Amino acid sequence: MTTILDRKQISRAIAEMAGEIVKDLPPGASVAAVGIRSRGEIIAQRLAEKLAELLDADVPCGTLDITLYRDDLNSPSQTPQPQVRTTEIGFSIDDKIIILVDDVLYTGRSTRAALDALIDLGRPRYIKLAVLVERAGREFPIQADYIGYKADVEVGKVVQVNLMESDGKDEVVIE
Amino acid sequence: MTQKRKAMEFDWQYKHLLGLRDLSAEHIDFILDTAEGFEQISTRSVKKAPPLRGKVVVNLFFEDSTRTRNSFALAASRLSADVIEFTKKDSSVSKGETLLDTARNLESMGVDIVVIRHSAAGAPKLLSRSINACVVNAGDGYCEHPTQGLLDVYTIRKHKGTLEGLKIAIVGDIAHSRVARSDMWAMTKLGAEVTFVAPPTLMPAEVGKLPVKFSYSLDEVIDRVDVINMLRIQFERLGGNPFPSVREYSHYFGLTVERMKKAKSDILVMHPGPINRGLEMESEVADGRNSVILDQVRNGIAVRMAVLFLVNQAAAQQNV
Repeated sequence: MTTILDRKQISRAIAEMAGEIVKDLPPGASVAAVGIRSRGEIIAQRLAEKLAELLDADVPCGTLDITLYRDDLNSPSQTPQPQVRTTEIGFSIDDKIIILVDDVLYTGRSTRAALDALIDLGRPRYIKLAVLVERAGREFPIQADYIGYKADVEVGKVVQVNLMESDGKDEVVIE
Repeated sequence: MTQKRKAMEFDWQYKHLLGLRDLSAEHIDFILDTAEGFEQISTRSVKKAPPLRGKVVVNLFFEDSTRTRNSFALAASRLSADVIEFTKKDSSVSKGETLLDTARNLESMGVDIVVIRHSAAGAPKLLSRSINACVVNAGDGYCEHPTQGLLDVYTIRKHKGTLEGLKIAIVGDIAHSRVARSDMWAMTKLGAEVTFVAPPTLMPAEVGKLPVKFSYSLDEVIDRVDVINMLRIQFERLGGNPFPSVREYSHYFGLTVERMKKAKSDILVMHPGPINRGLEMESEVADGRNSVILDQVRNGIAVRMAVLFLVNQAAAQQNV
């Protein structure tokens, strides 16, 4: 097990992504963060706080459950079984700039599912993808717009993002 | 997310939902938790999600139903399944085809999930042993109506937080009610105390063996219950004269404005529908602030979506 990011580095990575996002925003734009359950949700909340600070404005934040949009629901070898949880987006995404947030970008399949789930909720002005860790291994033509950390990870290894809110401490490790 | 997920608590392994009697509290809670995730689909602009895309659900109804049949049809189509409606009247059943032949024929057409309502108790079980498709019981005889039981406890949980320790009265034609039975199993398993209230002629003969209390007087229990579920008098099932007159029944067992004055102020008033207004319940009560009858209908769709989703998941894992 190798630690690739510690608490401070995670915090800095999120702050840097927030800075880049703000730099790219058109004037007067209305922006919101949407995190993919479950770690993406927490990173989205932290990112939204940073964005709110930098913009001196409210940045709404929501949570997306992508289970119903997964492309492996009918494949038999699902262990453990995917669990449906709630999507909690308490604002309209219509005409907003949506920053879609996940912990790790790997195959791109979650992102594909998340995009389909999002557009069933409305029509955003545009969607950008922000991920804390990016690693090679894409199976879909998808890339991130904002990356906290590019990890060089061997095939077969797992990038595990642990966060205070869900795991008791902030760290990113390769297992 | 696309990496291996951390171990989750539960694997749903039943490709049929035949009744609630054989499910544990954990199973029931799991279905209710899953239903939470489906609720918002019905409120957003695109009222559809794709998990049953390419699957075929047949509504195989040998008894009349509007609410349950439409609710299952909506649930299935909100999961992107295709739905075939099959009713007794305009099918080969009226030409003498047996239940199993009908079901096997439907299966040959590639049906994945059969939702069945039948006047014979045990028909769904028989079906589940004979065909490969998933079977969901939408009411069999006087035996069970599991999705109604689930949507009732879901509605109670939404309003009260938990069923643990709640006192619940189920009132009316208990003897002919599969809803009462499914409610009883779900509610008692989740920790509620259930009292059946009915005149002796509408109380099931075996009530002493069931995990419930019972009473022949609504006035005795009305002041101490947190939830009251008023069953419909099912005139179509009643033989003989179970009570002297409709007016007398209503006088002793109807939920009237007058009787509601004795109830707890936060009592939940439920009814599985369709209501005989003025008989089991006065209109002012059915439309009053304690009534959650329309919530039940709404929640029924989310609960049925969860059930269809879960049986399909179990089937996907087993059909390796």
